[in-house]
Amino acid sequence: MDANFTVNLIGYLQSTMRMATPLVLASLGGMFTARTGIMNFALEGIMIMGAFMGAYGSYLTGNPWFGVLLGILGGIAMALILGFCSITAKVNQVVAGTGINIFGIGLTSYLLNVVYGVGAKPSTVASFSTVPIPVLSSIPFIGPMLFDQTALTYLTYILVPICAYIVYKTPFGLTMRAVGDYPAAADSLGISVPKTRYISVILSGAFGGLGGAFLSIGTLSIFMEKMTSGRGYLAWATVTVGKWNPFGIFGASVFFGAADALQMRLQALSINFPYQFLIMLPYILTMLVLVGVIGKTEAPHSMGKPYIKGEK
Amino acid sequence: MVKSVIVNLGQTEIKITKKQKKEDSLFSSLIGSLMALFLAFAVAAFIISLSGADPFLAIETMIKGAFSSKRMIAETLIKSTPLLLTAAGLTICYRAGMISIGAEGQIIIGGIFGTITALYLVSSLPALIAIPLVLLAAGLGGGLWAAIPGILKAKLGVSEVINTIMLNYIALYGLSYLLDKPMREPLGAFPQSSMLAQNTWLPVIWPGTRLHFGFILAILSIVIVYLLLWRSPLGYQMRAVGLNQSAAKNAGIPIARNLILSIVLSGIFAGIAGGIEVTGMHHRLMNGFSTEVGFDAMAVAFLGKLHPLGVVVAAIFFGALRVGSGVMQRTVQVPSSLVSVIQGLVIIFVLMDTFIKNYAVSILKKGKNALAKGGKA
Repeated sequence: MDANFTVNLIGYLQSTMRMATPLVLASLGGMFTARTGIMNFALEGIMIMGAFMGAYGSYLTGNPWFGVLLGILGGIAMALILGFCSITAKVNQVVAGTGINIFGIGLTSYLLNVVYGVGAKPSTVASFSTVPIPVLSSIPFIGPMLFDQTALTYLTYILVPICAYIVYKTPFGLTMRAVGDYPAAADSLGISVPKTRYISVILSGAFGGLGGAFLSIGTLSIFMEKMTSGRGYLAWATVTVGKWNPFGIFGASVFFGAADALQMRLQALSINFPYQFLIMLPYILTMLVLVGVIGKTEAPHSMGKPYIKGEK
Repeated sequence: MVKSVIVNLGQTEIKITKKQKKEDSLFSSLIGSLMALFLAFAVAAFIISLSGADPFLAIETMIKGAFSSKRMIAETLIKSTPLLLTAAGLTICYRAGMISIGAEGQIIIGGIFGTITALYLVSSLPALIAIPLVLLAAGLGGGLWAAIPGILKAKLGVSEVINTIMLNYIALYGLSYLLDKPMREPLGAFPQSSMLAQNTWLPVIWPGTRLHFGFILAILSIVIVYLLLWRSPLGYQMRAVGLNQSAAKNAGIPIARNLILSIVLSGIFAGIAGGIEVTGMHHRLMNGFSTEVGFDAMAVAFLGKLHPLGVVVAAIFFGALRVGSGVMQRTVQVPSSLVSVIQGLVIIFVLMDTFIKNYAVSILKKGKNALAKGGKA
């Protein structure tokens, strides 16, 4: 094999995982709300807040882990707005999510201008660097792709099976699935539907915020306005494509990450190909996959419907 | 309160009963919207004060800025124009229960179709023929783009929400490609199309300003949407589908057809808005020509309580915010992105206004009860 080609391929595989990580995290968050029957359209707003707070925390202390902490808290704060709207006030979840996204994008842009001054260029902050795992990272191709990444990506590897365990093997997972599928039945068994849903919303905020923080301090070391550029929406689509299953979500995210990384590579190599079509690719694939997925799997039954006691 | 009046007409008795209203009255939804606005501004004021600026000065500058002169008023109406058209269209599909996030993409496709028609097909025709053809093409483009999620939803049950979002991005990058290569102006340094021929420019209707004929079309669209939704059988069917799909189905109303038609109509309005932005404002196609009107229009439609009259007020208000925020950023250095903050908050608070109102009422009652009890003791 041509050495140059190999180098390019390895670089491509690495950036695939880098692109996939925030999607995995945010979609895992989306999965928790989906499992309890809440459409989480606020993931974009949750992620952008996570990205901003992540960079801000790192800017304040010089420690990216503090950024991660603030990013998670920021994500939870945004998610709680969705929780209040959809669980307590029982309003349309998609519209509430859209409102939260517009609010989040506006607020982070505003705060960015406040922190650095109107029109000024934001400075770079401390970020995570790649830590190759000995032995594992020297496996050809798979090694650099999976095991020459940042600590946050390794954390993601651990979180995927943990989430699967929570959903399928713990009593809380069963509670979540019951609330998502038959809230009235769960309620009659003494399960608090609002409480379960609030917990899932908080989890989605934490995961979404972490995913957002990965964007600003995991791949880059800077926050930019609107830097999520639709990843929150893509994450919600990923939840459906991954069939509400953490491993499925991981697979779907890597797939989208691969498409994203491909267009970046080709753009960088300045191959004479209209790169816009490659950027479109994940969106077109999402639409195609949704057409294919729907009908073969079923979403949690109460998806998008507020639960009102005593109402069928 | 059920009031009834019994009228005795000799042998027959007529009982006139006032029914309890189930839907919000126009007045109470107006109060709800005003309350939501107030709360949104209150939170925004808090955010401004966090950054050390004077919130009252900032908001005052913003509102005054939008109406300070003839030119500014015209600018406000110009900014309201695409919002009005798009929100009018969204009113149709939201009333039918289709949650479209796709207006932005439909505006872009409308702009592309309009520009192609203006540049390559009608550039030598007289304005009276050319302009309607350009706007028709724009509407066609927006309608076709909206038909995709409509058909996928009605026939295959795929969520229109995700598909409309995906189509927004596809339209956005499609525009970027067209301006990069095929439609780029010859020898141009920027990714933009050639200037349109003058015969396809919308005429200015307020001399001395940039206010163009598109504003009149926008007002017209509001009337059309009102007549369609409340004065036509088709509108009645669409609203029935939106209110209760299974009941509508039992009543023999074709669900799929109404769902598709409602989102296609909203796409046509958005497409025309895109065409108007090109022919009335920019006179050429460029990246970002739609200035994210599609998303703001969602807020306008909800703030206007999905009612044409409410939409007019909300659109002009949002137009004013867009103009005023620029003034605010220039004069008191408060970032104009505050507008998005206010818009997001408005959406959230408008959604929750019924909840907030109930809450306020229940506190009031508690107070009364406490008073009554206190009086007894």
